[in-house]
Amino acid sequence: MNARLIPFAVFALLVVLFGVGIVWNEHHDARYVPSPLIGKAAPAFDLPRLETPSQHLRKADLLGKPYLINVFASWCFACGDEHPVLMAYAHRFGVPLIGYDYKDAPGDATAWLSQHGNPYAMVITDKQGQTAIDFGVYGAPETFLVDRQGVIRYKHIGPLTPEVIARELQPAIAKLNEVSR
Amino acid sequence: MIPELGQLALILALLLSALQCALPIFGAWRNAKPLMATARSLVVGQFVFVALAFGILTYAFMVQDFSVAYVAQNSNLELPWWYRFSAVWGAHEGSLLLWVLILDVWTLAVAAFGGKLPEKFYARVLGVLGFIAFGFLLFSLATSNPFTRLIPAPMDGVDLNPVLQDPGLIMHPPVLYMGYVGFSVAFAFAIAALLGGELQSSWVRWSRPWTNVAWGFLSAGIVAGSWWAYSELGWGGWWFWDPVENASFMPWLVGTALIHAQAVTDKRGGLRAWTLLLAIFAFSLSLLGTFLVRSGVLTSVHSFAADPKRGVFILGFLAVVVGGSLLLYAGRARYVAGGKPFALASRETLILIGNLMLSVSAATVLLGTLYPLLGEALNIGRISVGPPYFGFLFMLLMTPLVLAMPFAPLSRWGKADVVIWRRALQRIVMLALIAGIIAFALGVHRWMGLLGVTASTYVIAGTAFYAIKRWKEAPRGRRYPLEMLGMLFGHFGVGVFIAGAILTRTLSIEQDVALSPGQVVHVGNYDFRFDGVGERHGPNWLAQQGTVEVSKNGTLVTVLHPQKRTYPRGQVQTEASIHPGVFGDLYVSLGDPLGPSTGAAGSSGAWAVRVYDKPFVRWIWAGGLLMMLGGFCAAADKRFRLRRSEEAQAHDPAGIPVSVIQPVQQQA
Amino acid sequence: MKRALLVLVCALAVLASFTAFAIDPLPFKDAAQRERFQHLTSQLRCMVCQNESLDASNADLAKDLRHQIFDMMQSGKSDAQIKQYLVARYSDFVLYDPPLKPATLLLWFGPAALVLAGGIVVIVLLRRRTKPTAQITATAAADATGDDW
Repeated sequence: MNARLIPFAVFALLVVLFGVGIVWNEHHDARYVPSPLIGKAAPAFDLPRLETPSQHLRKADLLGKPYLINVFASWCFACGDEHPVLMAYAHRFGVPLIGYDYKDAPGDATAWLSQHGNPYAMVITDKQGQTAIDFGVYGAPETFLVDRQGVIRYKHIGPLTPEVIARELQPAIAKLNEVSR
Repeated sequence: MIPELGQLALILALLLSALQCALPIFGAWRNAKPLMATARSLVVGQFVFVALAFGILTYAFMVQDFSVAYVAQNSNLELPWWYRFSAVWGAHEGSLLLWVLILDVWTLAVAAFGGKLPEKFYARVLGVLGFIAFGFLLFSLATSNPFTRLIPAPMDGVDLNPVLQDPGLIMHPPVLYMGYVGFSVAFAFAIAALLGGELQSSWVRWSRPWTNVAWGFLSAGIVAGSWWAYSELGWGGWWFWDPVENASFMPWLVGTALIHAQAVTDKRGGLRAWTLLLAIFAFSLSLLGTFLVRSGVLTSVHSFAADPKRGVFILGFLAVVVGGSLLLYAGRARYVAGGKPFALASRETLILIGNLMLSVSAATVLLGTLYPLLGEALNIGRISVGPPYFGFLFMLLMTPLVLAMPFAPLSRWGKADVVIWRRALQRIVMLALIAGIIAFALGVHRWMGLLGVTASTYVIAGTAFYAIKRWKEAPRGRRYPLEMLGMLFGHFGVGVFIAGAILTRTLSIEQDVALSPGQVVHVGNYDFRFDGVGERHGPNWLAQQGTVEVSKNGTLVTVLHPQKRTYPRGQVQTEASIHPGVFGDLYVSLGDPLGPSTGAAGSSGAWAVRVYDKPFVRWIWAGGLLMMLGGFCAAADKRFRLRRSEEAQAHDPAGIPVSVIQPVQQQA
Repeated sequence: MKRALLVLVCALAVLASFTAFAIDPLPFKDAAQRERFQHLTSQLRCMVCQNESLDASNADLAKDLRHQIFDMMQSGKSDAQIKQYLVARYSDFVLYDPPLKPATLLLWFGPAALVLAGGIVVIVLLRRRTKPTAQITATAAADATGDDW
């Protein structure tokens, strides 16, 4: 008798799995892939600044204090969604917000920023997208939190919202500031 | 006004399906003839209303009534009429209605042709089918109503996804559903048998033709889908182990096991519990496929738009139908043991081994398809499972099956003559090796290609060996009963498929080139000359059309016209140009125009072009269609026709009178 | 909404003739290198259009990665090194061939376990059925004429 119940038991497990799947789907973005770079050193970058392309910003220049990198582009719809949130919160993070212009013609980015406002402490450009590959960028906008030793501590894929900032980003920043005390 | 009639028709169909489920089953339980007799009329009634609803939806598409939201989302003013027709099943709501319609077609057929079945059994089968229809109609009305209005009605619709604007859409879903949904009949027969406790194997004989036809359709449906992906998606592939493809392949694998298990139970009375279980599994996998495609739990190339409400509903329905049937099985199956004994070397054993490999393959496909979901649920990270996994394991698991295949027909029921096995093995292996050597001489040097040739020859030679032996030994006029002919076609189809699948994989050539007008590229044995790009208009698209002249040794073979089409909403679609052939296809896709900075100097007008030489690719589908033919042939065998119901009940075909069958409790 | 937008982007992946496309002529050394490249890229997932392989995707990132992979192949890197490069940046998700690690043991060995379990069931069944072997003769099935079919 027991052996005959095995198919039912296996099926019941499957139903539970599917139930979990439906619930999971509700609360997670199915496209979201956790980054393997969390807890690892940020890639060493050396990129020109948007306003003054002859000047470069290097990773080494930023060591010693935590900072945020926000990957955006003028051609990216969701970045437009995110932008007002950045404008509102940029000065409240407590750490510098660096704009990372991804695969954009510099003229486009400048125009976009002057049209929508510039929340960034400074903006670097990655026209070819080569360094972005090292960051594991696959869908702008993406936001990285890097600590004073240059290690990536947090990554958010997709537009930042006030909820995400309150729930995840600000606690992460606070943790870094605690450690440094 | 008319779409509301459609909605009303669905509601009426829902009510009728509820009655169709409740009354006959209750009547069978209580042995109330009038209640059981309602089954047939309820089936007809429900079918009429579902057909009416489907007809109204089709009408809405044909007259382009954009006040119906579903029409507005899947059509537009420029869509040609034949795609308007097939757009009815182009998305979730409409395809669900098609599902129910086809279920009703099958139910109607059972009602019409099953009149000779014993009364209670007949009532129960129709009742079970009614329950399934009820669930789907409820699902449709509650969460996926195709008749929802869009007010105010837009002037023009969105469009049918350009990928769907292909003959494949006209054929693939209806044929696939005929198979998918057709397994519900075998399922209903199994449940009716369990409900009634009438587990003598006569019900298996009755269900064989239905199962074989459904399996045949499913084979054809999968072939249609594969061919469509190949010609429409443009990358030369024919199978991607995408979750939705797997959703149709799993029922096929279990269905194959089922038709063979049914043969054993029908002829020898054995494997009864397995036949029951496989019938339940085959349809459960169909339902599971429906769930996977529509719940959004898995992302896929062509899952329908997801909605958690829909996911929850189907999951609930799945739980009730499958869970209920498996509980019923657990409760009743101890009455099922029996059947004639058989030796270790016998046809039964070989079929058993084959079924084991088919079932494990289906389970493996399920495991791989669900593993990413499992990974998320158990929080072990996001894992991808793709063709490298599925292809590798599938080939491994099918190897024992392929090796055993030629021997099953050669073996007798009960006890095989091993001498014949030895003789056959020698001849078949010799032919396979010769074929391998010839292939090597003809240029197939990779081990995989040689393996494909030898395996394919092994299977085909094995099938031929049996066919010839049968010709020599059987009396005239009785040489090839239809059931056996079906087996011959089916097994031959497997051999053809193996050759196609493996040879295409090892011998295909794919090359991306930048070509200016007049330039030639040599791929395979052919020369492809690019003659530039012009413009071309279609009913609802504007295309950049390239011209490529293909020749072999100076003789013109064909002229190909790959296109890049732009549709009204701005979507761009590559239309590959294919030159089909029995021994291979030539295939060209047009890419982007390349600026003068790339390519040779002075190469303005250069385009990126992808050229394929795909040997033996059509053999893949030819094999599938041969299998379909096999299924239909076997189903047509007169020996499966119903005799009068008294005869059918009098004897268990295994030779044991019904009254003698007792629950075999000690084997529980 | 976000997801719908991404799906839209992928569906409209070639909006204008200036966007990237999967047809990407690259200067391969020979047929062997070309086939190695095609084989490799078909085993990698496009992170943007997640239903497509790198070989087939029209996404910009896919094109960049294909060129990156090509460069790495030219400079002598092995398939394993190239995969490692991508996994370090995009996680295991980018591999269609799931790596063998503790998390995937069930995946890779599950089928073998099932064959084993099923095999045991079959053997038990066979032993039960084939006990009265002495009495088994090649009996005809349903047909009175002695035909096996």
